[in-house]
Parts: sequence; structure tokens; C-alpha cells
Amino acid sequence: MSQVRHQPSLVAVRQTAGRGAARAAARRRGSTAGAERRPGWVTYVLLGVVLAVSAYPLYYAFLLASSDASTIAQNPIPSLVPGPHFLENVTRVLGSDINFLTALRNSTVVAVVTAVSVVFFSTLAGFAFARLGFRGRRPLLVFVIATMAVPTQLGVVPLFILMSDLGWVGKLQAVIVPGLVTAFGVFWMTQYLDSALPQELIEAARVDGCWLIGTFWHVALPAARPAAAMLALFTFVASWTNFFWPFVVLGPSNPTLPVAVQLLQASHFKDMSLIMAGVVVSTAPLVVLFVVVGRQLVSGIMHGAVKG
Amino acid sequence: MATLAPSRPPMRDRLGRLDVRVSPYLYIAPFFVLFALVGLFPLAYTAYVSLHDWHLIGGQGEFVGVQNYVDVVQQPRFATALRNTFSIFLLSAVPQLVAAIAIAAVLDANIRARTFWRMGVLLPYVVAPVAVSLIFSKLFADQSGMINTLLGMVGIDAIRWHADVLASHVAIASMVNFRWTGYNTLIFLAAMQAVPRDLYEAALIDGANRVRTFFSVTVPMLRPTIIFVIVTATIGGLQIFDEPRLFDQLGQGGADRQWMTMTMYLYELGWGAQKSFGRASAVAWLLFVLIVVIGLINFALTRRIASAGADGKGGR
Repeated sequence: MSQVRHQPSLVAVRQTAGRGAARAAARRRGSTAGAERRPGWVTYVLLGVVLAVSAYPLYYAFLLASSDASTIAQNPIPSLVPGPHFLENVTRVLGSDINFLTALRNSTVVAVVTAVSVVFFSTLAGFAFARLGFRGRRPLLVFVIATMAVPTQLGVVPLFILMSDLGWVGKLQAVIVPGLVTAFGVFWMTQYLDSALPQELIEAARVDGCWLIGTFWHVALPAARPAAAMLALFTFVASWTNFFWPFVVLGPSNPTLPVAVQLLQASHFKDMSLIMAGVVVSTAPLVVLFVVVGRQLVSGIMHGAVKG
Repeated sequence: MATLAPSRPPMRDRLGRLDVRVSPYLYIAPFFVLFALVGLFPLAYTAYVSLHDWHLIGGQGEFVGVQNYVDVVQQPRFATALRNTFSIFLLSAVPQLVAAIAIAAVLDANIRARTFWRMGVLLPYVVAPVAVSLIFSKLFADQSGMINTLLGMVGIDAIRWHADVLASHVAIASMVNFRWTGYNTLIFLAAMQAVPRDLYEAALIDGANRVRTFFSVTVPMLRPTIIFVIVTATIGGLQIFDEPRLFDQLGQGGADRQWMTMTMYLYELGWGAQKSFGRASAVAWLLFVLIVVIGLINFALTRRIASAGADGKGGR
């Protein structure tokens, strides 16, 4: 890579002016001393390629969704300019025999309820694990972490039998209830509160005669806000994109968006512009959300999020 | 009020002590109760169901011992599903790991507009696997697909993505890679930024060039993170369902089940023509055991590497 050195390297500083000067120079150049040089254009070309690979498939879906069947059949490589049929295709999808409006509402309800519930119960448990001493705290926390590695999806048959016994097959609570609190959420909030919630604040609230639940509500919950927002985001995305269990338990009459997309593919597979319109309708809300809060998702992952 | 004063504090004290002693358990209880009901119990009960004749609608039948396992394993589709699952897993895990580390190394440079590029690599993460699958199955269409057309331009014959075994696995693995590479890139990037910069300076003083520094300093420091990513990718990857299910509109994994995975097989047995929960549970239990075994191997490797040297502490 071609890089122009505007400043003497830190090594050179160290050799000519001593360690102290080198350290001072490193400080002046910011915390990421060592990689302080601006990289050359090759780096940006590489990143541009990565970005194109990330974004093009989405744009491709939009291009097909704005086109029509015969244009798609004639042009395997779509023109980069969208066609004129996007709104028409979206209208067709929403008015099709697959009830996309119901699916949109269902996905929203499931994702919002799950996100709120996961945040609440995870913060409650995280508060207990991080700040309340109780017998068995350590092993119980280890247990929570260990459960993250359990492939619970493989219990699908008995879970279906259970839902069937409850009369919940085809109903949203069958999807909502199993996701009300997650091991990842508990672990995530425990870690955050362990570092962000001063023990003295809790002591102070206790001295003031607060019950523990009051301490949680007035002290822990406000302190947890940044991490809670990130957890809500991850939960929302995971819920919105979840397919296997809703597909098994909901069925075609009351679908979430991914289930509706699958139904669309199964019955309208010849009409690619319609299918892609369905893909765009189901994906657009999260892409909009991503534009607004993608920054938080990035920093959430970099602060130690794991796949939920 | 004055008369109440002597009696109130002890009462409140006692309740207060009870509060401190009991409340923590109440706070953590929701997770444990829910996990027991919808996680642990169904898994354990899967073993029970797998030993019975059990119909989707008819419900529990006779105890049949290991008959379901025998039936399932003897069907050639079982071996096919096992092969497909591992093949797709390897084709997605290995390139993804390499690409994620490489992209993270590029992002680790002192680039302009850092947040923009980081968001750029993460974008596919918010696209549902079913949407990714529909987009990619069109890109990989056998006739008049964009990828075959591009290949044709450089003189390569059309590949039968929806017919050939390996080609279909490559196409499906590319969907997984599309969605997860950026996510893992950010995990590696975080780990890279935790590498003490002194180490790089030391390498520089020792005369190591950038490539050498990357392989002798960065990669060893990333080892715990690499193991973590491999473990999570294994647990998720061996249960893959969404992408192969929507690779064509029939959802059976191809005419010869070229890309039918274990979880698709489980679904087909339980909710397809047979409606045999017993056999579906047998497959679920076999896959569970497989994942546990691979998890234990991972764990053993992790422990050995962690105890092999102090350089195992580079994580986040």
C-alpha cells in the first residue's frame, strides 16, 4: 500500500529523542498510536467492493420489484435504473391472497412485545446478578451463559405439542411467549450493570427505605438505558427475521412477514416482480430502522454482543 | 402515630430482610421458568417422543423403543441430509471466517468515515434469511440468472446451481456468508482494537513487515475470538433451515434432496406427508447429540489453547 509519511514514525522518535518523547508523540497522535497513518486509496477500493457486495443484493431486489415479468425475463442483469412499476407491485402484494397487511401487523406486534419484555426481564435479572448478593449467584449465572449454547430449536416437536395442547397453534402468543426473556439478554444486562451501576447508589436507596423493586425501578432501570436500547434493537431484529418456529406453529392463516414471504414464493413463484415486492415490503422497515440506529447496532456488536 | 412507632420498625425490618433474601430469586426466576418450559423440557421430552409411535394429529401411540431411530437412519435421505448439512456448514464457516478477519484488518486501519464503513458491512444483518434466500436464489437461477450470465461473459459455462449438489451448497453457503460476514467482521474488529499497540511497535522494531505482523501478532491474539465465532457458527450452522428451505419454491431441498439439511428433514418427517413426530424427534435428538459432541470437542480444544499460553487472553 502506498502511504506518505507526514510525520516521523514513532520508532524514529524513540531512537532519536528517547522513550519519553516517543510516548508523548504517541499521545499527541491519539489513542490509536501505531496505526495512525491514513491508509491509501487501495484500502478504500477494497472497502468499496465490500460495501457493494453488502448493498447490491438489496438494491437488486428493489430493481426487480420495480420491474415486470417480461422485462425481468429478458434482462438477467437488470438496469441500474429502477423501473416504473414499484408502487403497482407493492399494491399487488398487499392486495394478494397472502395477507401481507396482517403479516406486517403480526410481525410488528411480536417484535415490539418481545423486545419490551426481553429488556424488562433481562434488566431485572441482570440487576439481581450484578448487584444483589445471593446464595448460588455464580453457578446460576454460569448456567444462564451455558444455556446460550443449547440448540433449543431442536425441541420443536414437544414445543409444538405443548402449544397444541394449549390451543395456541396459529396464534401469536405461540411465537411471543417462548421469546419473552433470553439468556443472551440476561447475560448482556448483567455485564452492563456490573460496570455501570454504582453499588453506592443502591446502598443509598436502601438507606432511604426503598424496597428492592423500588431500587430496581428508580435506580437500576434508568442506569441500564443505553444497554437496554441496544438489547431492544437486537431482539427486534432477531424477532423480525425469525422464520423457523413461526413457520411451524403459525401456518398460512395468521403469518408473520417471513412466513408470508415464503407463502408468496410458494404460490406466485413465476411472478418475480411480485415476490421481490414482497421481499422489499418485509425488509424495508428494518432497513429504515438500520439507517437510523445502525450506529448503535455496530457499537453493540463491538461491545461484545453475540448471536442471539 | 406515636403509639405505632415502636412496633413499626421491627415489622419493616423483618419484611426488609425477607425482601433482600427472596427478591433476587424472584428477579431471576422468569428466565429460569421460561427456559425450563420452552427450552429444557421440550429437549428432554424429544427423547421421550422419539421412543414412541407419535402422530401429528393422532398423538401418542405405542412405545416402540429405538424403532424410529432405525427407520430414520436406514433411509438414504438421512445420510444425504447429514452430508448436505456438513457441506453447507463448512462452505459457509471457513470462507466467512477468513473474509471477516481480512475485512476487519482493513477496517482496523485509520480510515476516514469509520462508522459509515462499519454500518456498510453490517447492513445484510438486518435482512431476514428468507429474504436473502429469495434474492440469492434468483441471482443463482440456472437459466437467465445474473451470476450465470456474468460467468458466460467471461466464457464459463452456466452452472446448474439448482441441480448439482456442490453448486447448490455453494449458493446456499453464500447466503449465510452474505448475512453473517459483516457481523463477525465487527466482532473481530473489536478484538483487534483490544490488541495492545505496544505489540505492533515491538514487531515494527523487530523489522517485521505488515503481513508478517498480521500473522505473527494479530492472528494469535484473535484466537479466543476465533474460537468463540466458530462455536456460535457451529451451533447455528448445523441447524440451518431458512436458506435451503426457500432456495426453490417447493422447499424440499431439490428433486434428489441435493440441499436438504437435517432440520429440513426433521420438518419433512414431522409436518410433511408422514406426520410422524416420533421420527422427527429421532432426527432432532440425533442432531442434538451431534451438536453436543462437536461442542465438547470445541470446548476441549478451547481449554487446551487457553492453557497453552498467556497469549490466550487477547479477547474483549
